[in-house]
Amino acid sequence: MHFYVMQGLNGLALGALLFILSAGFSLIFGLMRVANLSHGAYFMLGAYVGLTCIDRGYGFWAGVLAGGATVALLGGLVERLILRRLAGRPLQQVLVTLGIAFIIADACIWLWTGDPRPVPVPSGFEGVFRFQGFVFPKYRLFVVAVACALGLALWLLMERTRLGAMIRAGVDDMDMARAMGIRTSVLFTVVFCLGAALAGAGGVLAGPILSVYPGLDSDMLPLALVVVILGGVGSLGGAFLGSFIIGFIYSYGQALLPDLAYVILFLPMVLVLTLRPRGLMGRRTV
Amino acid sequence: MATDALVLDGLDSFYGDSHVLHDVSFSVGAGRVLGLLGRNGAGKSTCIGSIIGFVRSRARDMRLFGEPIAGLSPEALSYKGIGLVPQGRRIFPTLTVRENLTVAARTSAQGQGDGRPGWTLRHVYEAFPRLKEREKQFAGSLSGGEQQMLAICRALMTNPRLLLLDEPSEGLAPQIIQEVARVLVDLKRSGLAIVLVEQNTALATDIADDVVILNSGRVAHSGPVSTIRSNEQLLEKLLGIY
Repeated sequence: MHFYVMQGLNGLALGALLFILSAGFSLIFGLMRVANLSHGAYFMLGAYVGLTCIDRGYGFWAGVLAGGATVALLGGLVERLILRRLAGRPLQQVLVTLGIAFIIADACIWLWTGDPRPVPVPSGFEGVFRFQGFVFPKYRLFVVAVACALGLALWLLMERTRLGAMIRAGVDDMDMARAMGIRTSVLFTVVFCLGAALAGAGGVLAGPILSVYPGLDSDMLPLALVVVILGGVGSLGGAFLGSFIIGFIYSYGQALLPDLAYVILFLPMVLVLTLRPRGLMGRRTV
Repeated sequence: MATDALVLDGLDSFYGDSHVLHDVSFSVGAGRVLGLLGRNGAGKSTCIGSIIGFVRSRARDMRLFGEPIAGLSPEALSYKGIGLVPQGRRIFPTLTVRENLTVAARTSAQGQGDGRPGWTLRHVYEAFPRLKEREKQFAGSLSGGEQQMLAICRALMTNPRLLLLDEPSEGLAPQIIQEVARVLVDLKRSGLAIVLVEQNTALATDIADDVVILNSGRVAHSGPVSTIRSNEQLLEKLLGIY
């Protein structure tokens, strides 16, 4: 019993991190039709930048902000200078974003060496929370709360603001949105920076749980892809649901059937793609 | 004579390698309604798509109220004052009725400086109470007629000086078509210049001041609407009716 509850909590925490990572991935994919394969690298780069900030004594929260802001800036540059020249050319986009991911990964080894680096738990969130004989690490509960708050904030942004309505209009029918005077190229940059910022900040938030190491990018990217395919491209609710499903499956799978962890991970994706190709909560696209 | 609302001169349009429109020229007088007619596949919608920048095209000259507009992006054209009611309506189905209108709204509510009042959400709701009743519904759940009204109002929210209407009667029941026709007549009375693409020739000739008939991507006839009203031979030959 204890084992299941603890693995469940691990699953929740991983699901929360996956949501922070994949919400932006899903929005970018949904609006711009770009599968940003740099997203895992953005996550890792954010984590390293945040770690440096913490090492210099600026504290954990400044690290989260710095990780998010650095990666948002990088994402904005990539979108403006490279991706918009490749609009409507998915193969080129995939190759470019994958190439950028390799460059970031190598630059990280160069700047931060190849040793895994632990990230300290921020003060106030050390220790555990005891309930009914179970121990819950406080920081993991906090990360779950952050993901829920982020989910709510993004939902409000997308569903309750004019900017959100413009983004959804662009997802529904890009040409028509433009003909109504919606400056989709500005929306692209906004959404790309936002998605990148979430990945970067998410990397720092994940630090105390996953630590930072070369290969963190390629560990996270497939998970984000599975989440988005499972949940439905461009759907915030789908990314939320998919993240926690994958978080649980991955945690229990690794603990119970470590040899089959990846099979257990990708099997639901194959099933969903077969039975419901748009994903669990995928939007109808025009 | 006042500046024409729209001047098209020598428009050629392309889909991939195929050359769809050949040297199409016409103009729309300020405050006038031009009926753009022709058989299926004659190039009417391509022509609309070329004006708004969806279709790859080139023209010797394209002007909106005297200002050159060739090669501008759809969003720039929208800000210059072209409103589009596209074929198939293309409302944003996952947005609510209200959001469909507000995403198109201009930040300033004043008109175009020619004395006509600007369209705002309030004006639209006053003129179309049914849209207000349904403002919280997803636009995709509206009936065809309501979607058409929404598509028209969405374009009005951009406070256009020229409205492009592509097959507004398509797929609608006869009494709904009458309703759409009344709206178009009101818009015409308000002084809005309109390009009206229609398969429904009776509707188009009722509303239009001038007509252009396209045939295989070329202008086959143009002139005041009176030149085709009684000309059954022309209609038979170019539109395949009567």
